[in-house]
Amino acid sequence: MEFFHRATSFPFMSTRKVWYGLSIVLILISLVSLATRGLNLGVDFTGGVTVQATFPTAANRDAVTKALTSAGYSDPQVTIFGSSRELAIRLPPTKLSTAEVRGKIEQILRGIDAGATIQQVDVVGPQIGGELQRSALQALIATLLLIFGYIALRFHTWRLSLGAILAVLHDPILVLGTFSLTQTDFDLTVVAAMLAVIGYSLNDTVVVFDRIRERFHTGRRLDPVAVLDQSINQTLSRTIMTKVVTLIVVVALYALGGPVLRGFSEALIIGILAGTYSSIYISSAVALDCGLKAEHLLATAVKKPLDDLP
Amino acid sequence: MLELPRWKYVLVTLVLVIGLLFALPNLFGEDPALQVERKSRAPMDDFARQSIEDLLHKQNVVIKRDYIDSGRLIVAFNDVASQLKARDTVDATLSDVDRSALGNASRAPSWMRKIGLKAMPLGLDLRGGLYLLYQVDLQGAVGQLLESYEQSFRRALIEAKLPFTDVTTIGASGGGVANGLRVTLPAGADSGAVIEVLRKVDSTLKFTSSSEAGAAAVDMLLTPAQIKAREDYALEQNRTTLTNRVNELGVSEPIVQRQGLDRILVQLPGVQNSAEVKDLLGKVATLELRLVDTQDNALQAEQGGHAPLGTKLYKREDGSPILLKREVIVTGDELTSATSATSNEGPAVSIKLDARGADSMLRTTRLNVGKPMAVVYIEKSRRQVEVNGQKVDRDSTSEKVINVATIRGVFGPQFQVTGLTSGEARDLSLMLRSGSLAAPIEVVQERAIGPSLGQDNIDKGVRALEIGMLAVFVFMALYYHVFGLVADAVLLANVILLTALLSMLHAVLSLPGIAGIILTVGIAVDANVLIYERIREELRNGVSPQAAIRAGFDKAFSAIADSNVTALIAGLALWVIGTGAIRSFAIVLTLGIATSMFSSLLGSRALITLIYGGRRKVARLSIG
Repeated sequence: MEFFHRATSFPFMSTRKVWYGLSIVLILISLVSLATRGLNLGVDFTGGVTVQATFPTAANRDAVTKALTSAGYSDPQVTIFGSSRELAIRLPPTKLSTAEVRGKIEQILRGIDAGATIQQVDVVGPQIGGELQRSALQALIATLLLIFGYIALRFHTWRLSLGAILAVLHDPILVLGTFSLTQTDFDLTVVAAMLAVIGYSLNDTVVVFDRIRERFHTGRRLDPVAVLDQSINQTLSRTIMTKVVTLIVVVALYALGGPVLRGFSEALIIGILAGTYSSIYISSAVALDCGLKAEHLLATAVKKPLDDLP
Repeated sequence: MLELPRWKYVLVTLVLVIGLLFALPNLFGEDPALQVERKSRAPMDDFARQSIEDLLHKQNVVIKRDYIDSGRLIVAFNDVASQLKARDTVDATLSDVDRSALGNASRAPSWMRKIGLKAMPLGLDLRGGLYLLYQVDLQGAVGQLLESYEQSFRRALIEAKLPFTDVTTIGASGGGVANGLRVTLPAGADSGAVIEVLRKVDSTLKFTSSSEAGAAAVDMLLTPAQIKAREDYALEQNRTTLTNRVNELGVSEPIVQRQGLDRILVQLPGVQNSAEVKDLLGKVATLELRLVDTQDNALQAEQGGHAPLGTKLYKREDGSPILLKREVIVTGDELTSATSATSNEGPAVSIKLDARGADSMLRTTRLNVGKPMAVVYIEKSRRQVEVNGQKVDRDSTSEKVINVATIRGVFGPQFQVTGLTSGEARDLSLMLRSGSLAAPIEVVQERAIGPSLGQDNIDKGVRALEIGMLAVFVFMALYYHVFGLVADAVLLANVILLTALLSMLHAVLSLPGIAGIILTVGIAVDANVLIYERIREELRNGVSPQAAIRAGFDKAFSAIADSNVTALIAGLALWVIGTGAIRSFAIVLTLGIATSMFSSLLGSRALITLIYGGRRKVARLSIG
């Protein structure tokens, strides 16, 4: 079996204006959504209480909301998650211990269905939330800076570096945008997934750029557009293949891993799709529009000798 | 011709065998178990084991197997019901000498345990339990230190008969936290003489003369190093306190560790009742040293219901009464450290006092050599009580004498308490150190995870891993034929190596960690795909099969290294910054990248060379 039996020759570069347009539209939608709707930050980041409960039969969300409101809880957020029998209840910060929260909520839920059981109670102080927001942001910025540094060292011309950086920024923005649009719970595991995506999506760009350098070595008179198209086409089979395999496992995680990992795997799926797209359509195109030519790579590109490692 | 040096085969085989060995214990699963240890911390022996076996047999509790591991007796059962019955039996009969805790025992054969092979411990999200994050009030710790100095200063000046107006705390600039003391003096006072006296309290302190609104004053400011030392001490002491108290709870495999600059994390597997635990852990305890009253009869005082003048009636740990003098020689505030040690007379506890305590100790012991002195342990706890439907915080205090020793000489700032077994010495030093929490603590995060949810999480995680891997295996085999099967073998080896590394490091496995393993499978495929696509490309260009294999591995190397470096950067950033479950994900991701590099570059090449290598001519490759 082979997806691309003969070498493909899609004209990626000539259609790049279309893909720029698409990316700009998607990024704008993401940014507008982030600015207006914001993220539905999880209890890790805001402080507060979450209670997970299971019912013997399908849970009645409205009844639970009503019961909580009449018990004096202001603005409880009740969501069905996992199966229809599982509920997550989110309440504002409290000074009570998990045991006390458990006792009170259990009483209310048992009033609706005697078979309701509480699975998990999470009480996060507000100071922790603020701190986690900060450290998540720091992690994100530190990772991006480190990767920018690596890109600057790795590619011998700023034209390629800029392409890689824009592609790297492209993906987390789309992940954030999707989470903002769908108002999916944005918790610490999603941040972890985003960092993994940042590291992982650069893979393709690096592989394509490697190939571009190699192609320019074979002839410096080659037309940059042709070289870039050839490089992307030659690595296309590998790019698609790896992403398909990674998506297989991540989709398995999404479908079977349970509600705790849902946000995490969702971020990975979006990130991997966006990363594949950006490394095919964005990174090389940006380099081309910055005027990438053979001499930019040949002047300094003394290819280091391969190790005798296997 | 395609060859690989023999040492590479040896290396791959060796790593795989070691990996298998370390990964193996994870396959066996766990039984419900009971851990029993001696309160005296003496190791369990076969005699004790026999007597506990007999005890359980009499109650018709079926023991699956039992063994002694690092001084503790582990008894495994077939079901939770037997485990609970055994716990009740042991607690009812042996609670005065033994301490029992519910836990799990690995089903792995005993030889594995004996050579130190252990399964990865499961995180709370996979087994249920209570997670508490305490914030330590470090400003409070510095405040306590200043308070103690303030009292010492007042006392030293009064004793030296030097007049002073007041001793107050002074802060850093602009409403900062207090970090020093100011002694204000009446007009015409000799600040030089005052500094002389104060320096005797603690020679490491720095004093300066100043004047405030015309009045002379002497300032003492703690240096940043002194503040840092105090904060470190407070944090470490609080951690020790919490560890000590957690051990009293009878929980198996608890975790108490410092997190960040001012936090302490407590994880209690299997515990559900947070109110009771928080109450116990948050206790404030202290200790006092008092002289024993040897003239009056303690038993008579107990029966009569009142202590003679100038004495106070206490109880020892065994419940017998003892009379102590009313004057306190040293209070817990005056203790700066307590460590277990060994002296000429056997195990001992070394205690260090601050200047005030040392001074009092010196005077008391000088006059009382040969007389007994007692250590009183005082515990204050705050619990919520319902009064007329309202929740009210009530403080309650309990006091008991934990040790009586004869004063053998004159003590200064340092002395030793002897006459203890080594276990008791360790306990006492722990208890002394935990005597008072060096700084107030507060719960800032709390999570209670039900045991069924934990089982559910682990089932789901493992199922996602199995199905995901199976799908990838089938896909790779269909797409790359023989090469795909090689990739499958390499992927499997990668998961084994990763599990082995995590087990070696005793990394705690959590749900995000399982997600990390699954993601690693995806990433590890990448390296193989890069190599195989390169080989296909070479074949398309008309290169001979064996040359294509060699070129594929050689040319793909730089792309593989490059693409892994970026993922490694992200993994390391997560590792450094993340805590808890995120860190567990980062550890798995980072190690997974390392093992996947090894297995796809070396392992995959070794296997393919084995299949297509040698001098024979290969007509075509089965690469799909």
